[in-house]
Amino acid sequence: MPTKPEIQGTAHAPKHRAPDEVLVSMQDVEVYFQLRGGSMARLLGMDTGSVRAVDGISLDLRKGEVLGLVGESGSGKTTLGRALLGLVAATGGEIRYAGQDITKLSTRHLRRLRGDLQMVFQDPSAALNPSMTIETAVGHPLKIHGLASGEELHRRVADALERVGLSPPERFMFKYPGDLSGGQKQRAVLARAVILDPVLLVADEPVSMLDMSVRAKILQLMLDLKRDLDLTYVYITHDLASAKFFCDRVAIMYLGRVVEVGRTEEIFADPKHPYTRSLLKAIPEPDPEKALPRDLPRGEIPDAASPPLGCAFHPRCPEAFDMCGWERRDLRALIEAHWTRHEALDFETERGTIANLDDLDEPSHEAVVAAGRSSSPVDVEDLLHRIREEDADEPLWRGVEDMTLTDGGVRVRFHDGADPRLRPAGGVEVACHLYPEVEPAAGEGPAS
Amino acid sequence: MNDRMEPVVSVRDLRVWYGTERGAVRAVDGVSFDLLPGETLGLVGESGCGKSTLGRGLLGMLPEGAQTDGEIRFKGENLRTVSRSRLRDMRGPELGMIFQEPLTRLNPLMRISEHFEEALRAHTPGISKDTVERAALEVLGLMGIPPTRYRSYPHEFSGGMRQRLMIGLALVFRPAFVVADEPTTALDVLVEAQIIRILHDLRREFDTSLLLITHNLGIIAEACDRVAVMYAGKIVEVGEARQVFRDPQHPYTRELLRSTISLSTTGLNYIPGAPPDLTDPPPGCHFHPRCPDAMRVCEELDPIDQELSGGQRVECWLHGPDHLIGVDGRDRLRVREELSVADEA
Ligand SMILES: Nc1ncnc2c1ncn2[C@@H]1O[C@H](COP(=O)(O)OP(=O)(O)O)[C@@H](O)[C@H]1O
Ligand SMILES: Nc1ncnc2c1ncn2[C@@H]1O[C@H](COP(=O)(O)OP(=O)(O)O)[C@@H](O)[C@H]1O
Ligand code: SF4
Ligand SMILES: [Mg+2]
Ligand SMILES: [Mg+2]
Repeated sequence: MPTKPEIQGTAHAPKHRAPDEVLVSMQDVEVYFQLRGGSMARLLGMDTGSVRAVDGISLDLRKGEVLGLVGESGSGKTTLGRALLGLVAATGGEIRYAGQDITKLSTRHLRRLRGDLQMVFQDPSAALNPSMTIETAVGHPLKIHGLASGEELHRRVADALERVGLSPPERFMFKYPGDLSGGQKQRAVLARAVILDPVLLVADEPVSMLDMSVRAKILQLMLDLKRDLDLTYVYITHDLASAKFFCDRVAIMYLGRVVEVGRTEEIFADPKHPYTRSLLKAIPEPDPEKALPRDLPRGEIPDAASPPLGCAFHPRCPEAFDMCGWERRDLRALIEAHWTRHEALDFETERGTIANLDDLDEPSHEAVVAAGRSSSPVDVEDLLHRIREEDADEPLWRGVEDMTLTDGGVRVRFHDGADPRLRPAGGVEVACHLYPEVEPAAGEGPAS
Repeated sequence: MNDRMEPVVSVRDLRVWYGTERGAVRAVDGVSFDLLPGETLGLVGESGCGKSTLGRGLLGMLPEGAQTDGEIRFKGENLRTVSRSRLRDMRGPELGMIFQEPLTRLNPLMRISEHFEEALRAHTPGISKDTVERAALEVLGLMGIPPTRYRSYPHEFSGGMRQRLMIGLALVFRPAFVVADEPTTALDVLVEAQIIRILHDLRREFDTSLLLITHNLGIIAEACDRVAVMYAGKIVEVGEARQVFRDPQHPYTRELLRSTISLSTTGLNYIPGAPPDLTDPPPGCHFHPRCPDAMRVCEELDPIDQELSGGQRVECWLHGPDHLIGVDGRDRLRVREELSVADEA
């Protein structure tokens, strides 16, 4: 990176320590979406399962802080943000704000809270009605809450536009969203979000759709608004770099869970969870000296409707070990990866060794790899041994308790594993078996 | 890279414009560069600066109504002027394109095997299923897709797997030249890193020259040999990627780097204003209204392509040539009036 001399257009974020007053307290928040399934499945009354978009999250949001929710898509960030505002119903847990549990409030009571709690979405074009002028759009919340009309409404819209830098306001009021650039639209969205003088702003990827050269301007505006209006932010992003700059604390999310949470400086200086470490390694940095990382997690985020057993990150985790929840589906992935690495010819000869890989699709800590029609259980065992020899460091083998020959194939039993709960480690909290859960010291535990 | 190597693609003074009611949009406005065998050239710039138009223009994939001028020399032919049917024959075996959104390019009713069969048969009629399968499985293996998935349908794949598939379909012919337009922009960071890794390793496995279009400077730094920085239809700086990142010579490159939020960001910087309307770009250097270093000459004369000692090429009056800059030419332009939000991108 070139050095950064101070020229115009430069500003620094005021990073102040967050005070400790809790504004919103989340306890074991769950948002499960019921899967519809096919009409046949419903007719037959079959259990079509659910997506655990948010799966037991406990977090405190402190007054005046910027809390980052960071993770790849599908990790539940948007759903948690919406649940915070009562825009989606939590199916479990509590969200306490101002002495009330948001998850239990009626629509009417929620509407009353709308002034305090606001959300800004990723796509400013979708957030603004294309046939409404900026004045109408920004003034809309005042109007529907019956808080202002006529001259007063006009004046407050002008003030809000001025506040977000759309100045002079007359220049923007009568325009339509289509006349504005991406950055200007996001400014208008922010003006509408702050016009009711909220306490909390949930900003869901507010700069992700904007060009690099505009992102910094909108983030600067958000910092200014926060300072001037005494706001608290939840900043949702998949971009670790902006989270590092913008947040006081970050919660790293994976498949509906928080896997690591703590002060931003601590998480970035000493990331503990293997997922956090991988994310940091994977960010392409505009630094010519940084080489491409070699040891990236394999695969992609699994289906949230059927998450991995044990630690949800274990199939991709470079550091996983016996406790992490190894299972049948991992064995399938291992065999497929072996064939991927080899010549098509090896696949031709080996594919018949195994009867049917689809047998390995159900989650279970035990697997029977059945031999194909023209092969024997010993052939299957040989294949598994060959795969093991190819890469003895493969973490999956750490989870194998034993492999035994059966009549039709090879039985593989995995360690039962466990689902790691969030536990303190250093100055942060992390959900990973690499960090032992501290037993409560004698005398501190509940009396038996 | 070897200096004596013959370029695979040689672009000279390429222009592409779209006719609109407001006048011609000069999306590519006199672009010249070379691409060596096996080389990856990154193309970076703010949105709307003409990257996609340039990429499509090189492969003759522009929409109806776009007009072109200049030369795209590829293996002794000018791609800009060859016939449509000649281009169609070259696409696949010689030229490949990878897009941002793979799903829109795959047929949901066709198995992966059928995609490969269709693609290969179009150029080698009568090729056997087995030959197709062997070629396909080899390239899929390099992309990290298991052979067991060969008969699956596109919707059975994740986003990252689909992009690997698209890359595999483009590379199965081992084309000499591929354009990839924002291939990872829709993907998550870990999957993006995997795909960048694959693209980076291309040059070892295939001898493909790649034009990698992205707005992400980090990707350029990690995956490209050289970088071309585009602004308002022009390439304003091109050079060895490390060199350009370490020591950018064009003020736009420097400001773009400074405004990028990275893990080492400690303060927010930005480029004031917005890129110009390409129907009516500012006179002289198109960047002068936003440039902190602008001089009088910058608003009067088009900058001239200069080769610097390090091999970098840059179009900026700061680098001369001195004999064309008049007496007061190096005077700083009036202190720029604050560019207000009214002009923001
Ligand atoms: N309305 C919905 N119905 C069913 N599933 C949903 C719904 N909204 C989100 N999901 C699922 O919940 C998970 C989390 O989604 P989301 O909160 O959007 O994650 P993120 O914002 O981190 O990308 C995903 O698997 C997504 O498909
Ligand atoms: N089909 C088209 N008709 C008219 N103008 C177009 C068309 N496609 C692109 N443009 C314009 O050409 C310019 C360059 O666009 P594009 O090549 O897509 O840039 P980039 O890929 O860098 O974002 C923009 O001003 C865009 O609006
Ligand atoms: S518990 Fe920790 S070590 Fe185990 S898989 Fe999860 S992240 Fe990796
Ligand atoms: Mg989201
Ligand atoms: Mg583009």
